Amino acid sequence: MFDFARRHVVAALAAAAALCLPSLALAQTEIRMMWYSDGNEGEVLRDLLDRFEKQNPDIKVVIDRVPYKTILENLPQILASGQGPDLARVTDLGGLSKYYLDIAPYLKDKAYWDENFKEVLPWVRPVDAKEGIYGLMTQLTLTIPLVNTTLFQQANVPLPGPKASWDDWAKASREVAKKVNVPYPIAIDRSGHRVSPLIIDMGGKLMAGDKPALVDDGFKAAMKILYDWHQDGTMSKALWGSVGGTAYRGANEEFANGQVVMYYSGTWQIPQFAKTIGDAFDWQAVPNPCGPAACTGMPGGAALVPIKTTKHPEMVAKILDYLASEPVYSEYHARTYFLPASTGLAKKGVPYKTDNAAVQKSLAVAIEEVGKTSPIAFAYQGFEHNRIMFNATIARLNQAISGEMTLDEAFKRMQADVVDGLAAKGIKL
Amino acid sequence: MNEAASNKTRSAAPAADRSGAFRSGSLFERVYAALMNLLEWPFAALQKRTGITGMAYAFALPNLLVFGVFVALPMVLNIGYAVTGSNEMMLGQRPFVGLDNFRTLLDCGNYLSANSCAQDRFWRAVHNTALFVVVQVTAMIVLSMLTALILNGKIRGRGFFRSVFFFPVLLSPVVVALIWKWILQQDGVLNAIILGAGGTKVPFLLDPGWAFFWVIFVSIWAHMGFYTLILLAGLQAIPGDLYEAATMDGTSKMRAFWRITLPLLTPNLLVVLVLALIRAVQAFDEIYVLTGGGPGTATQFIVQYIYETAFASNVHILGLAAAASILIGIVLLALTLLQLRLSYHGKS
Repeated sequence: MFDFARRHVVAALAAAAALCLPSLALAQTEIRMMWYSDGNEGEVLRDLLDRFEKQNPDIKVVIDRVPYKTILENLPQILASGQGPDLARVTDLGGLSKYYLDIAPYLKDKAYWDENFKEVLPWVRPVDAKEGIYGLMTQLTLTIPLVNTTLFQQANVPLPGPKASWDDWAKASREVAKKVNVPYPIAIDRSGHRVSPLIIDMGGKLMAGDKPALVDDGFKAAMKILYDWHQDGTMSKALWGSVGGTAYRGANEEFANGQVVMYYSGTWQIPQFAKTIGDAFDWQAVPNPCGPAACTGMPGGAALVPIKTTKHPEMVAKILDYLASEPVYSEYHARTYFLPASTGLAKKGVPYKTDNAAVQKSLAVAIEEVGKTSPIAFAYQGFEHNRIMFNATIARLNQAISGEMTLDEAFKRMQADVVDGLAAKGIKL
Repeated sequence: MNEAASNKTRSAAPAADRSGAFRSGSLFERVYAALMNLLEWPFAALQKRTGITGMAYAFALPNLLVFGVFVALPMVLNIGYAVTGSNEMMLGQRPFVGLDNFRTLLDCGNYLSANSCAQDRFWRAVHNTALFVVVQVTAMIVLSMLTALILNGKIRGRGFFRSVFFFPVLLSPVVVALIWKWILQQDGVLNAIILGAGGTKVPFLLDPGWAFFWVIFVSIWAHMGFYTLILLAGLQAIPGDLYEAATMDGTSKMRAFWRITLPLLTPNLLVVLVLALIRAVQAFDEIYVLTGGGPGTATQFIVQYIYETAFASNVHILGLAAAASILIGIVLLALTLLQLRLSYHGKS
């Protein structure tokens, strides 16, 4: 019996050793990246990193592709536990900034980063850091209306002009929806970020210096508009009402299915819709609607950030340096149809690879809209704890819309939620 | 078994294939014997130390370790989170705040009015859960009992119907919720039928009252089969001659139910009651997928409140969530003690 066991154990050990030999010989360092995708950026990134690995055979970049919800809900826990990937693509830029690594000491040409990304580098800096490079924006986004122009043609309703107000868009969308019998005249993503332009357009200030100042007259006017729209059917309760709490609910599927007249979302939808809508109907981005105070969108974006628990900071910096280099950054944006956060590339122009008329028109509109973004929007986006305000806005507004409380009660609760949320982070308002 | 009999048994076993083909039976026996020989000496050594009785604890130890690490330890850590503040994840970095989190949760002008409470979402969740528990458990028991009574009778296709009622229990809660979401949503199957019949769309998941009704309905639909099975087993254990004697005495079916069936089914009913109560307090997965707690917070129950406060809200107020979970744990503990007490009384 023992001879039998000994022969088989020895054979098993030999097989295991043979399997390990190739990897021992190469001595590659594995860098793990947690990534989510809106469109095709995951595939584009993989292609770019394959070329990077050919140039750097000692580095292997493993992309762990996860749903966006994982980034929002699981990644914070993972990082807080002291674990985590070497790199991660995040959208809560300020909220997670305490986990980012400053790669400035490891970069070949820090001046290139300072010159081209100076507007957005503060977004990924921890609140107590005045300098340093803590991540690379993989896209600059802007909220923007996306319109089903085929529905407007079918209803024989003219598209509102570039300086049209929110009210103009609401009237036109309702008319189109009624004539062609679609269920959603206007759909807005259920997100505090997405309703911020309306707040700013109505005169809301959102910030007082570096402190939140959520509820003011402009804010209340914007909330009243959204409340009224849900009561009169301009915005269907089927969207926001289908989830509760602070849950995100997009309407991209409804828009791609031709059920929405005007969808207020963002530029990250452009590549996705290019793929999912195809030639089913005509659509395009249009200029942001106006209010008495502004005609702004809300900037944002996702950043690929180095995590400070990484055991390979030099390699992580090398990867980010490669992705930030002008040819690679340009190719990434040309293929993904994203707006670049690099001012140098924005000036030169991105050679977007598309003959899709909708994408071309939408990108042209989006690039022009970036220049009209209100400084209030930039400041709000850059505020480290803006998620607390986003969540308070959307959760309590939804309770008012569903009749659980009045708007005035909702405003009081929003303010209390912001105070409680900041208190939990050790900040007294 | 004596040697002659064991030899007979061996020779009666399928003959080995002597043609040179793979003899799976004997290879398996050799591997199995080798494994048992390998395990024999450590267990023999352990038994020498602990004795036969101690071996029972040794075999239970792995399970206890898993329970300790994944159940008991988190419960203890949870208490730590409940008495500390800030939104730091690591317990060592959180400042001690005593009972502040509990005070914050219980800070209300009127416990029956969530709007008067500092943590109104917690109290809305508590009220929703309380209403859900009362309505859902009552309906669940009544419907399970009725179904069990029917399935206990001599009906055609009894075996088929028993399977049909149990089938939803086998489905994942997410699958159950998605199926019903597709049926109930604005453009779903049910509204299509209503429109086809000339009616207008009903906001089944968008109206707070309707959403609450359907949450109860779906929950009962998904779990009724399990409780029906328990009650059916109880019904089948009741001796048939009791009913024969009652029939011969001219007892009506209703009287037989109240005087024979119900008293003898009491132990099973108690089990069903407490299990249903505990499950109803813990309701989360189906409801979260079906309505997300909406519209507003109309179908948000206590477990979803804990989940969102701790994990999903980007703010991570872990102390409040931990305190809320301890309060719910106390309720569940009370229910468990009630079950034990009622079972003890039932036996005695």
